[in-house]
Amino acid sequence: MTKERRHVSCQLAVVGTGLAGFAAAVFAGNRALDTALTGNTGALAYTTGYLDLLGAMDGGGPPLDDPWQALQTLQATQPEHPLCRLSPASIHAAFTEFTSFLGSAGLNYSPPGRRNETVLTPVGTLKKTLCVPSTMAPGTTALTDKKPCLVVDFHGLKGFSARQVVANLGGSWPVLSAARLVFPGMEHGEIYPEVMARSLETAATRAHLAELLREVAGDVTTVGLPAILGIHRPDRVRAELEKLSGLRIFEIPTMPPAVPGIRLRELLEQVLPQRGTTLIPQQKIKTLSFEKDAVRLDLADNYGPIVIEAQAVILATGRFLSGGLAADPNGIREPLLDLPVSQPGSRADWFREGYTDRRGHPINRAGLSVDDSCRPLTAEGRPFDRRLFCAGIILANQDWIRSRCGAGVAIASAYRSVEQVRQLLGD
Amino acid sequence: MEPSTSRFSEPAHDTVETDVLIVGGGMTGAGIMRDLALRGIHSTLIDRRDLCAGASGGNHGLLHSGARYVSNDRESAVQCRRENVLLRRLARRCIEPTGGLFVAIDGDDPDFAAAFPQWCSVAGIACELVTPDEARRLEPHLSERIIAAYRVDDATVDPFRLALQHVAHAGSLTGSSYRPHSDLIAFDHDNDQLTSAICRDSRTGALLRIRARQFVNAGGAWAGRIAQLAGCPDVHLRYSKGTLLISHDRLTNHVVNRLRPPADGDILVPGGTVSVLGTTSLRIDDPDLAVPTVAEVDRNIAEGAMMLPVLATTRYLRAFSRVRPLLPAGDDGDDRHAVRGFALYDHQGDGLTNFCTITGGKLTTFRLMAQQAADLVAARLGNTTSGRTDTTPLPEDDSCRWTEPGAAPRYWHLAGNRDDMVLCECEMVPQSAIDEIVRCAPGAEEEMTLEAIALRSRAGKGPCQGSFCGIRIASYLYDRGHYRDRTGLQHMRDFFNERFKGMRTVIRGPQAAQMELAEALHCGVLGLDALDDEDDRDPLTQRLETGATDD
Ligand SMILES: Cc1cc2nc3c(=O)[nH]c(=O)nc-3n(C[C@H](O)[C@H](O)[C@H](O)COP(=O)(O)OP(=O)(O)OC[C@H]3O[C@@H](n4cnc5c(N)ncnc54)[C@H](O)[C@@H]3O)c2cc1C
Ligand SMILES: Cc1cc2nc3c(=O)[nH]c(=O)nc-3n(C[C@H](O)[C@H](O)[C@H](O)COP(=O)(O)OP(=O)(O)OC[C@H]3O[C@@H](n4cnc5c(N)ncnc54)[C@H](O)[C@@H]3O)c2cc1C
Repeated sequence: MTKERRHVSCQLAVVGTGLAGFAAAVFAGNRALDTALTGNTGALAYTTGYLDLLGAMDGGGPPLDDPWQALQTLQATQPEHPLCRLSPASIHAAFTEFTSFLGSAGLNYSPPGRRNETVLTPVGTLKKTLCVPSTMAPGTTALTDKKPCLVVDFHGLKGFSARQVVANLGGSWPVLSAARLVFPGMEHGEIYPEVMARSLETAATRAHLAELLREVAGDVTTVGLPAILGIHRPDRVRAELEKLSGLRIFEIPTMPPAVPGIRLRELLEQVLPQRGTTLIPQQKIKTLSFEKDAVRLDLADNYGPIVIEAQAVILATGRFLSGGLAADPNGIREPLLDLPVSQPGSRADWFREGYTDRRGHPINRAGLSVDDSCRPLTAEGRPFDRRLFCAGIILANQDWIRSRCGAGVAIASAYRSVEQVRQLLGD
Repeated sequence: MEPSTSRFSEPAHDTVETDVLIVGGGMTGAGIMRDLALRGIHSTLIDRRDLCAGASGGNHGLLHSGARYVSNDRESAVQCRRENVLLRRLARRCIEPTGGLFVAIDGDDPDFAAAFPQWCSVAGIACELVTPDEARRLEPHLSERIIAAYRVDDATVDPFRLALQHVAHAGSLTGSSYRPHSDLIAFDHDNDQLTSAICRDSRTGALLRIRARQFVNAGGAWAGRIAQLAGCPDVHLRYSKGTLLISHDRLTNHVVNRLRPPADGDILVPGGTVSVLGTTSLRIDDPDLAVPTVAEVDRNIAEGAMMLPVLATTRYLRAFSRVRPLLPAGDDGDDRHAVRGFALYDHQGDGLTNFCTITGGKLTTFRLMAQQAADLVAARLGNTTSGRTDTTPLPEDDSCRWTEPGAAPRYWHLAGNRDDMVLCECEMVPQSAIDEIVRCAPGAEEEMTLEAIALRSRAGKGPCQGSFCGIRIASYLYDRGHYRDRTGLQHMRDFFNERFKGMRTVIRGPQAAQMELAEALHCGVLGLDALDDEDDRDPLTQRLETGATDD
């Protein structure tokens, strides 16, 4: 069987289907750029669903209530930080645009506010974030009001313990209790959040669960559940469960990879093509070459080789977990284009002695150095190519893990890159 | 000897009594505990951390045939040979009779290789010549550059299982007990006798007095310091740090030794599903400051790859360092040093009649060391029973079975209970194993840490190094009511910090991805790097917590 080479020609090619790549495709689509998006299944399924802007200052310090003010401090102390490549107003616009897109596609989020929200983690610690899925938002309200609340877990669901959530929150939220239920139709063995979520998309399971919840709730009117309220249209699943049970219900994220990430991925993979993006999912770009008339990207899927020709490229390939960076024994590399990677002097300096050291590990700050337009730089400090831009956590000079700014870096740099692409192509 | 009045004479703390207090829960201490129990003597074993926290839990796991020492220390070689034969018979379940190979490669001293069989024969050690081709057939990863090879009776030993079984057996014989996280900080004297030892609980800071008739210092590299506390200045040790690496896969079935005078990176030992490569040797000043460095890791790999090229590219799970105590060199005419390799000090010359120190030696010779120490202690107690560890098989205790690779999955499949969920997916450790360990493994206690559980099982030993199962096990312990407040979070953080120490120097290639995911979970999502902040900010939580630990 001979396989025919297929050609895709577009204005913008986005490499990577993490949050940065998807956000770039959303922004490009909204700006009527003809866009192709490719990427392997990425780290998106890992997120809790919370979209963080900035939850702590780089290098340690207490949790931040006001991320916007912290951005100003960051401007002064770390101008190289990717969040400093654009104004706070633009970042606000980027979050608004992205969450509105998700909302219009059926996944509602709280809009970016003036302050961070305090949200629950799977083990009952607290975390700061900017935008919260609507299915989880009532949890924040209940926490603030210290409402009597019941946390429910399920027999066979590993790694989510209501007693753990209650034990760890008990100090700051005294009227909290825990209960365990058998999930309808899943009496024995291990059960998985994704399977439970898909099951809750059927009316019968919802009715059954609502009844169980009503019984176990007693006098309590607010109930926290692990994040299992459907993959598609979770807001509707939650609303119906509330109606059937007469309870206020909210979700608590489970340990990733989990339902909230799967929701995002499935939604974006479904909606972007409907809105004109050429999506080539589950594939890795093998080579990327900068020719005179176009940037050429080579990849292959089950049906054979594909060539994408684009006028501009956004590289959003993530870090080690996603393959955007490689940690070779003699140094950190960027495998696709062998772009210079800003990094610690030697492997001995990658990690500090203490794992949870508040200052974070130097390796986390390694990555691609860019100019103000988010264009990766050569060793000489010049843009590698005027058509190449870069977005997401592959960028150097940030530690998204310690400063709780994963979505922030992804969304902000995607926004900036798309703006720059538009300018380039508009010229 | 001046009769010291202890700084700790106020009666504020609890007191327990025992016939013999053994300080140091390494293999030597555990061996003494069982040896005494077989003579009907009750003892208490303490460790400032936990069983095998010292060299016994961080060695190569090689039950030497003795061949390693034939060229430079015949006496040790002979001791190893004897002990190897005994232990294989008596502690069968803790030992894997893998056999060993000694291989010389192109460039190694051919005279050394030629003399080797003669040296072995003088020490009574079986040694069989094999051709390089035959050696490569036995171990396909061996280098093409092998010029000589011999086969010997090396074996491997699981020191954790061995120590746990010893403690369990001693407990069943005489009710002897083991106390973890009990740091010995002082002794009380009365003329030529020690009367009690003061220990500080390294978790709570609480003091405990242990009264005993005899005191044994089995403190390994720390034996000099412990002897000092008893007022005995003459245990002079120097410290040699050794660094080892654990590979993701079991690369050979035999122990593979380099056929040359002992040097860096010259032994690869299989252990369950992994292999252990090492070691380096570096003189250090403080036995508490032994952490592996990237340079040592690279050196082991470079040397090891000469014998087995696959070692250059294989994935390593972790690296760790431990300290060998070095005794004063050579025969200095002091008859306490009559046995080379290890030393038993009776401290009579220091004016004490109920304190002794045993240190040095090898894991392979722990039984012999324990026997000599126990002989002295028994004689001092007027107990005339002779030692029986050379004839009594080590019984199996169920609560210790979880350290064996493959035990948990075997059990889980046999039991076939779908509701008994697997918590550590790399090593297939189910909920029921955790229940059993928390309930009745040696050293089990309330609020057992994740580290202590991991030490008594395979949990956290697989490719993920506990990053994921640590979270699941903690959740499970909350479920079972074992944790009732934020202590479980702290234990989680401490466990991950501890595991990281071993991973830090070997993170490269795919491990960098795994580390990124682990850190995203532990710090990014759960906030374990900021627990203190959260606690500071929330005075109510703190009050509840202190309240909870008071009762
Ligand atoms: C466990 C975990 C929990 C998280 N929780 C949160 C949270 O609560 N809040 C929050 O804001 N953020 C969270 N994040 C972070 C968030 O997911 C990341 O910030 C975000 O995904 C980073 O996006 P990125 O697109 O830059 O990189 P990634 O998400 O890593 O995506 C990179 C993409 O590039 C693709 N790729 C790589 N090489 C190629 C190639 N050659 N060709 C094609 N494609 C390629 C990969 O397949 C992948 O799809 C979490 C992350 C993890 C891992
Ligand atoms: C890198 C390396 C590799 C080795 N490989 C092998 C090998 O392959 N085969 C072999 O036969 N031998 C090997 N050895 C030697 C072997 O590991 C040791 O000889 C043996 O484990 C010593 O056991 P021990 O019980 O005497 O000392 P340790 O195991 O060190 O025990 C001493 C204990 O005392 C405790 N302690 C210290 N101070 C106090 C205090 N104040 N209060 C309470 N407790 C205290 C410590 O926590 C520790 O657990 C190796 C050694 C090293 C360092």
